[in-house]
Amino acid sequence: MIENKFNNTILNSNSSTHDKISETKKLFGLWIYLMSDCIMFAVLFAVYAIVSSNISINLISNKIFNLSSILLETFLLLLSSLSCGFVVIAMNQKRIKMIYSFLTITFIFGLIFLLMEVHEFYELIIENFGPDKNAFFSIFFTLVATHGVHIFFGLILILSILYQIKKLGLTNSIRTRILCFSVFWHFLDIIWICVFTFVYLNGAI
Amino acid sequence: MFGKLTFDAIPYHEPIIMITYIAIILIALCIASTITYYKKWKYLWSEWFTTVDHKKISIMYGILAFVMLFRGFVDAILMRTQQVVASAGFKGFLPPHHYDQIFTAHGVIMIFFVAMPLVIGLMNLVIPLQIGARDVAFPFLNNLSFWLNVSSAVLLTLSLGIGEFAQTGWLAYPPLSGIKYSSGVGVDYWIWSLQISGVGTTLTGINFLVTILKMRAPGMSFFKMPVFTWTSLCTNILIVISFPVLTVTLVLLTLDRYFNFHFFTNDLGGNAMMYVNLIWIWGHPEVYILVLPVFGVFSEVVATFSKKRLFGYVSLVWATLSITILSFIVWLHHFFTMGAGADVNTFFGITTMIIAIPTGVKIFNWLFTIYQGRVHMHSSILWTLGFLVTFSIGGMTGVLLSVPPADFVLHNSLFLVAHFHNVIIGGVVFGCFAGINYWFPKLFGFVLNEIWGKRAFWFWIIGFFLAFIPLYFLGLMGMTRRLSQNIDSEFHMLLCIAAIGACFIGIGIICQVIQFFISIKERRHNLDLTGDPWDGRTLEWSTSSPAPLYNFAIIPKVEDRDDFWRNKEGQHYNKLINSINYHDIHMPKNTGLGFMISIFSLFFGFSAVWHITWLCILSFLAIIISLFINSLNEDTEYTISAEEIKKIEHQYWKNIQKAGLK
Repeated sequence: MIENKFNNTILNSNSSTHDKISETKKLFGLWIYLMSDCIMFAVLFAVYAIVSSNISINLISNKIFNLSSILLETFLLLLSSLSCGFVVIAMNQKRIKMIYSFLTITFIFGLIFLLMEVHEFYELIIENFGPDKNAFFSIFFTLVATHGVHIFFGLILILSILYQIKKLGLTNSIRTRILCFSVFWHFLDIIWICVFTFVYLNGAI
Repeated sequence: MFGKLTFDAIPYHEPIIMITYIAIILIALCIASTITYYKKWKYLWSEWFTTVDHKKISIMYGILAFVMLFRGFVDAILMRTQQVVASAGFKGFLPPHHYDQIFTAHGVIMIFFVAMPLVIGLMNLVIPLQIGARDVAFPFLNNLSFWLNVSSAVLLTLSLGIGEFAQTGWLAYPPLSGIKYSSGVGVDYWIWSLQISGVGTTLTGINFLVTILKMRAPGMSFFKMPVFTWTSLCTNILIVISFPVLTVTLVLLTLDRYFNFHFFTNDLGGNAMMYVNLIWIWGHPEVYILVLPVFGVFSEVVATFSKKRLFGYVSLVWATLSITILSFIVWLHHFFTMGAGADVNTFFGITTMIIAIPTGVKIFNWLFTIYQGRVHMHSSILWTLGFLVTFSIGGMTGVLLSVPPADFVLHNSLFLVAHFHNVIIGGVVFGCFAGINYWFPKLFGFVLNEIWGKRAFWFWIIGFFLAFIPLYFLGLMGMTRRLSQNIDSEFHMLLCIAAIGACFIGIGIICQVIQFFISIKERRHNLDLTGDPWDGRTLEWSTSSPAPLYNFAIIPKVEDRDDFWRNKEGQHYNKLINSINYHDIHMPKNTGLGFMISIFSLFFGFSAVWHITWLCILSFLAIIISLFINSLNEDTEYTISAEEIKKIEHQYWKNIQKAGLK
């Protein structure tokens, strides 16, 4: 009946290929997740486009946004992505101390970015430009904060990876985790570039 | 301390709700005490709740679906009865605010907690077996998805006795669902139960995409994949693309309701129609998420029971792919009356008509597969034939509705209600039943009772036509949907027929319960020893029934579309069994993490509904911390030794020999 069952070459299942397969699966899964995340942001951008065309408000002339501080935030995030890249290089060279220091740098830049964003929100709210003012501010806060929440989770991931390396060493599953984290972090960078362009610079063009 | 939650939230003064709730609690207590009496909690926990085995998870999805089907069906009976009574000139037993909750709950339950679990359960069972894999790509996520679905179903059920459910219809259009017009917790229950189950479904989608794309047996190229796997692949693509839209839409509505944002409000730049657009950008693909896997089921069933290759495999695959793409550009036909103008309506009207073409292609694929085949009238094929008739009718009324001027007349009428029940019951539900009858032996090792299966089919299909054909006429006569009071007495006769139809469907459901009961009782006479009871064509039939934990002792090598069928032709069992070299197999360990996270999500959802801030934050932290603790666990796999596998496989070969050689 099932003769080919016997004629088969048997799949090699030693542990290194096993880990390799598991790593490709996880990375691929992460990519699919990121694509679905990307659609979430796409929807938010679409809502932003619709709402901002409904409300006539000249943002830059009203000096609601502090563009220079936003530019600083952008550079902080880009630098954190750079150091995140170094983390992966250090990981491939198996230099644990380098991984520690670059992860910490990524964390600090990310944290400053997040604090600046919270500060910006705070300023806007006390100047009575909170999200309940009108639909434009609703979507502005939602879009930027959604990105911020992602950054926040990224920071938690960094902390947990740091702890895991300390506890378990650089095992295969932690290497996969670092790779996944770096892809996630770069993805957030790209999203931020879009936020910066369409939300903040949009008014200036 | 408890936010908006007070003792007033329990509706003491509503006898119907209180009796239902007490009954639910009593039944739950009965089940719990029986389990305690037989000391089965530990068994349930270690073998079922924590399982990462895709086959067991699919069984649990099935149980969830049948429990919720019961509740959704009771809602349907209540509505049918109320309309009969109201059209006879009486007030009826359901006040409007209760009736509105019932039709909302009916829609939500039937789509999210009956159809989705059935479809996802089938995918869970079949995909790994069909592609020759040992499990899905992320077994833990699979377990988590299931439990998230359960906790959202529990959340929805809680709304019955604590507070209220939404009175807005199953998609909760604002401004009605905004805080101004729905200030109660009903819409919040709706939001959070959909949100939690949506997260679960997204995880399922990612999981199955990776499974199908990365874990096929060697040699199985895309165009050698079984059709069910193909249609499931398309479904999971749809899930991954469309569910994020639902998530965002629900988040925006939440922000509107909780924090006074202005996305969908009438004032300050809000735009309610934006919600309607967004929800249908998710909602239309959702329909295809449900129906595509079912198309796959029918394809497998007709090919197997007609003893023929599927007619036009390639055309069917391309039809599926084009439906996948087209389903994203038809959403506006759900609200032609929005007033988008002639151009926009024409565009969406035409795309909707175009989508009927690939669907029509499929109908002919199935018909031509049956044509000149040696059709074995199994109950699965009966469901398929029933589907072909009902789905064609439903499809044609759909094309009718896709004509914008006609839609302006028929929109929001019972014609529409009849149409979508026609395609969802005639398509999704019939398909899932066909699939259950077809694949049941693969799960349990014995076949289902045919007599009661056929009786169930006849009651279902007759009941279906009695219940929904009158609604087409009522729609044309001008009866709008969701009416509960002061119904025109002219509608009384047809409403009575519809109610009788619903009772027939009820008898059909009872027949199915009897079918399961008798099949389990007489299982020793109906054992499936060969693992191939229907003379199947695809890989899932090449392993024993019930499939062993590891599915395939040796991963098969695929050379053809109906690989198993090809292998069977002209070959015989032989004694090579002793010469196979088995190897150790690594399998994932069970984990209780998914269950824990879902419990916390349930607390999270419940506290969010009632604005219990501290519990909300605490349960969220609990989720993060349990994920973190689990990430430190490196010991996630165990090994099944070659010896053990040899023993299991030899038993299987002995069984085959007992059943006689083919």
